[in-house]
Amino acid sequence: MDRPIRVLVAKPGLDGHDRGAKVIARALRDAGMEVIYTGLRQTPEQIVNAAIQEDVDCVAISILSGAHNTLLPKVVALLKQENAEDILVVGGGVIPDEDIPFLKESGISEVFTPGTPTEVTINYIREHVK
Amino acid sequence: MYTKEKMTQLEEKVNEFETKTKATLSKHPERHETFFTGSGDEINRLYSPVDIQDVDYMNDIGLPGQFPYTRGVQPTMYRGRLWTMRMYAGFATAEESNQRYKFLVEQGSSGLSVAFDLPTQIGYDSDHPLSEGEVGKVGVAIDSLADMEVLFDGIPLDKVSTSMTINAPASVLLAMYIAVAEKQGVSSDKLRGTIQNDILKEYIARGTYIFPTEPSMRLITNIFEYCSKDVPLWNTISISGYHIREAGSTAAQEVGFTLADGIAYVDAAIAAGLDVDTFAPRLSFFFNAHNDLLEEVAKYRAARRLWAKIMKERFGAKSSKSMALKFHTQTGGSTLTAQQPENNIVRVAIQTLAAVLGGTQSLHTNSKDEALALPTEDSVRVALRTQQIVGYESGVTNTIDPLAGSYYIEAKTNQIEEDAMAYIKKIDDLGGAPKAIDKGYIQQEIMDAAYNYQKEVETGERIVVGMNKFQIEEEAPKGLLRVDPAVGERQKQKIVDLKAKREQAKVDETLVALKAACEGTENVMPFILDAVRAYATLGEICGVMREVFGEYQQSVIL
Repeated sequence: MDRPIRVLVAKPGLDGHDRGAKVIARALRDAGMEVIYTGLRQTPEQIVNAAIQEDVDCVAISILSGAHNTLLPKVVALLKQENAEDILVVGGGVIPDEDIPFLKESGISEVFTPGTPTEVTINYIREHVK
Repeated sequence: MYTKEKMTQLEEKVNEFETKTKATLSKHPERHETFFTGSGDEINRLYSPVDIQDVDYMNDIGLPGQFPYTRGVQPTMYRGRLWTMRMYAGFATAEESNQRYKFLVEQGSSGLSVAFDLPTQIGYDSDHPLSEGEVGKVGVAIDSLADMEVLFDGIPLDKVSTSMTINAPASVLLAMYIAVAEKQGVSSDKLRGTIQNDILKEYIARGTYIFPTEPSMRLITNIFEYCSKDVPLWNTISISGYHIREAGSTAAQEVGFTLADGIAYVDAAIAAGLDVDTFAPRLSFFFNAHNDLLEEVAKYRAARRLWAKIMKERFGAKSSKSMALKFHTQTGGSTLTAQQPENNIVRVAIQTLAAVLGGTQSLHTNSKDEALALPTEDSVRVALRTQQIVGYESGVTNTIDPLAGSYYIEAKTNQIEEDAMAYIKKIDDLGGAPKAIDKGYIQQEIMDAAYNYQKEVETGERIVVGMNKFQIEEEAPKGLLRVDPAVGERQKQKIVDLKAKREQAKVDETLVALKAACEGTENVMPFILDAVRAYATLGEICGVMREVFGEYQQSVIL
C-alpha cells in the first residue's frame, strides 16, 4: 500500500465514555495512520456515510453502553448495502466475551476488550486491511 | 513548632542523610531511579518537618468543622455517624430497579442512588430512534411520572435520601421526584437528596449534554433558586471531578478542573441575582478514589481547603456552610481490570480507605465485575460489605482525620492545592470554565494525561496486577448480569398506554406554557412541574426545551 492506512474511529450510540476512543485514535495516529474521529452519538448511518466520504480502510468502533449487539451489526449491514464491505470493521469496549461470537458472525472482524494493548489493535489493523 | 535554628539543624541532618543514602545506591540500588505517585508526580524518598515548615497549623490545617476545613467538615466526623453508604444502581425498567433498591435498603444501604439509562440522561423517550438498543442498559428507563411512581413504590421519600445521576434534564427528574413525593403525602421541604446537575463536566468528560452552555447554566441557576425556597434540604448540584478523573486526569487536575467548574456555577448564580449564602450551602462535590491511597487522601484535604478559601476570599461568603466542601466519592471504575476480576475487590478496599481517611460524606463502592458488565446482586453485596468492614472493623473511623500531621500527607496536600490553584488561574485567564471548555483546553489536558498513562501501562513502567504483570490463563467469566433485551419493547408499550390514558389537552396546555417560560426569563421549574404532573413525557418536555434552546455542538478534541 502506497498511502497511509486511513481509519475512522467511531462512537455509536449515546454513551459519552470516549477515553478509549481518543486513546486508540492517538495511538493509531502515532503509528502512522490517518485518523478521523467522529465524536459522540453517531448513528450507524452517520458512521457509514463518514467512512465512505473519508474513503477509509477501517472503521474502529468504540462502545461502552451495552448497545453493541444492536449497533455494531447495523454498521456492517449498511456498509454492505453501500457496496463498501471491503472496509475492515473492528470493535472495542466493555463487551462481554459471550457476545463476541455473535458480533463476529455479524461481520465484525475483531473485538478488543478492556486491557488490550494499543499495539495489538494497531498490528491487527495493519495485517487485515485489504 | 521548630525554632529557626532547630529547623536549620534538621535541614542539615536531612541533607546529610540524603547524601549518605545516595552514596550507597550504586551497591544497593532502589527499585526505580525516580518514584511517582499514581498521578505521575515525583515523590521524595523521605518527608520531614523540613517539607512542611511553612505550614501554620491554625490557618492551614485547623480543626474539624472549622475554616479551612482541611480536617473535615463536621466537628465529630465518623464518631458522630458513618458516611452514607450509597450504592449507585438502576437498570432495565422501574419495576426491576425498585426491587434492587429494596434489596439495598434491606442490606443496610443508607441512601439510594439512581442510575438512569442513556436515553433518559439525554432527554429522549424510549421510543425515540436514537434510543434503540440503549433502553434500560446502563440505568433505569424513565419516560414519565408514571415510571417514577413505580421506581419509588414502597420507599418513603421522607425517610430516605436519594441521589440522582442526572444532568441535562435534572430539572425534569427533580420535578418528577417532587411529584411522586406529593402523591405519597410528603411535602417538598422534607425531601433530602442530590441531583448531579453538573453540565460543565458533561461537556468536558461525560458526554450526556443536551443544550448549549448558556441555557444550561440558566436551568441550573433556576434550580438553585427554586430549591432554596421550596426544597431547602436538597443538594442542588454535585460538582463532579469523578468523570474528569475517569477520563484520565491527574489528582491535581481533578481538583483544579472541578473547583473551576464550581466557580463558574457560583458566578452564574450571583449574576442571576442570588445571594451567595442562599445557595452555596447546598452545593456539593463528587470525587473519585484511585489506588494511590496517600495521594488521594491529600487530594480530598486539598480540595476542602482550597474551596473554603475560594468561597471566603473570592466570593465573600459569610456562612460557614458556604465554605465547607461536602463530597460524595465513588471508587475508580477505570482502575478495575477485566482480568482476574476478584482482584478488584482489593482495589476497591484500598480506595474505600482513601475516601474514608479523606473524610467523605458518602461513598459508592464499585463491584468486581464492572469492567465486564453491570454488577450482579452478589458482587454488589461484597462491595457494600467492603464499606461496612472499613466502617465497623478497621478502626480508622474512631478519630478524626488520622493521617493529618504526617509530613508526607501535609506536603502532598500543599502540593495538590498549589497545582490545582495553578489550573484555576489558567482557566481564569481563559475567561472561566465554560470558555476554557469551548477552547478545548481542559479536554486537551485530560487527554494528554490519559495518553501518558496508557503508554506507561504498555511499556510496563506502570504495573497493573493481572493485566500487564502476573497474568494467568482465564476462562471467560460466567454469570454476568444481562439486561433483558425485551425491556425496550416493554418501555415503548408503556408510552403507548400512557398516551392513551392521560388528558392530552392538559399536556398540550402545560407544554405551551413551558415553551413561553423558556423563551422568557422566568424560572422554568414551576412550569416543568406542571408538565410533569400532567404526565407529559421526558422526551416531550426536553423536546420543547430543545426547540427553544437548541443543542450543544461538541468540539472534537484528540
